[in-house]
Amino acid sequence: MVELGKYAGAVMSAYGLSLLALALLTLVSWLQSRKTKAALDAAQARRDARKAE
Amino acid sequence: MPMSLWQYANPVKFMALSAKVLPWVTGLTVLTLVTGLIWGFFFTPGAVNFGTSVKIIYIHVPSAMMAINIWIMMLVTSLVWLIRRHHVSVLAAKSAALIGLTMTIIALITGMIWGQPMWGTYWAWDPRLTSFLVLFLFYLGYMALWAAVENPDTAADLTSVLCMVGSVFALLSRYAVNFWNQGLHQGASLSLDKEENVSDVYFQPLLLCLAGFVLLFVTLLLIRTRSEVRRRRVQALEMRERMADG
Repeated sequence: MVELGKYAGAVMSAYGLSLLALALLTLVSWLQSRKTKAALDAAQARRDARKAE
Repeated sequence: MPMSLWQYANPVKFMALSAKVLPWVTGLTVLTLVTGLIWGFFFTPGAVNFGTSVKIIYIHVPSAMMAINIWIMMLVTSLVWLIRRHHVSVLAAKSAALIGLTMTIIALITGMIWGQPMWGTYWAWDPRLTSFLVLFLFYLGYMALWAAVENPDTAADLTSVLCMVGSVFALLSRYAVNFWNQGLHQGASLSLDKEENVSDVYFQPLLLCLAGFVLLFVTLLLIRTRSEVRRRRVQALEMRERMADG
């Protein structure tokens, strides 16, 4: 482990909070992507079913 | 056949191209960002003035640069919407806002954490810090305006105008140190003038982190814009269903 001395708290909290924020942003974007893909697939399936009727 | 950038304003072409590009950009993002952060965190020495707190530079500088440049990207795509009415363009601006907001929050928080041991305070009403706080509020306002206006084209028009106004603060955030020669914040850490740059031992991993943040932005932007295009398509299909049902 790297020796951070008296700035350990500052450095670790800066990295920890930043990486957490980036991870949350990535997770939210990915979940939204999955949700909208499922919604579009469902809407297109309904449209195709109507056409087939 | 002559190729044109404008053809990617077509949602179908945008979705096809972005689907091909996304896996490559994602892989490159992970490689660049992980390498840059590990290099900067584990393999750079402490600085004479800053001690080991200098390692915060690898998060703080890229996030601050992205916070400003994302707003400029939003300005360009908003102008494309206002002039040429391309939906993908304004949806890209809308998709970029949350990424820009996150970058601004990271820049503010890491700046505050760094400021305490260096300046003896978490916050000062310094020109750069203050203009960054205003930029943060503009990001919030931009997203709130999108959420508040029901008609998507009206929302796109209003947010595009807001984006133009906010650009003043994005530029102020970048050049505040040069405009007002006062405050606690130091000058730019990166410059085209090599004499003004930080030492190579910090500069090289910093460049890699900067590339990593840019690539992360592109990856997330593509994912989020694709979601927005799909959402618009769902709304259009649902509207047709309602019309067919009478």
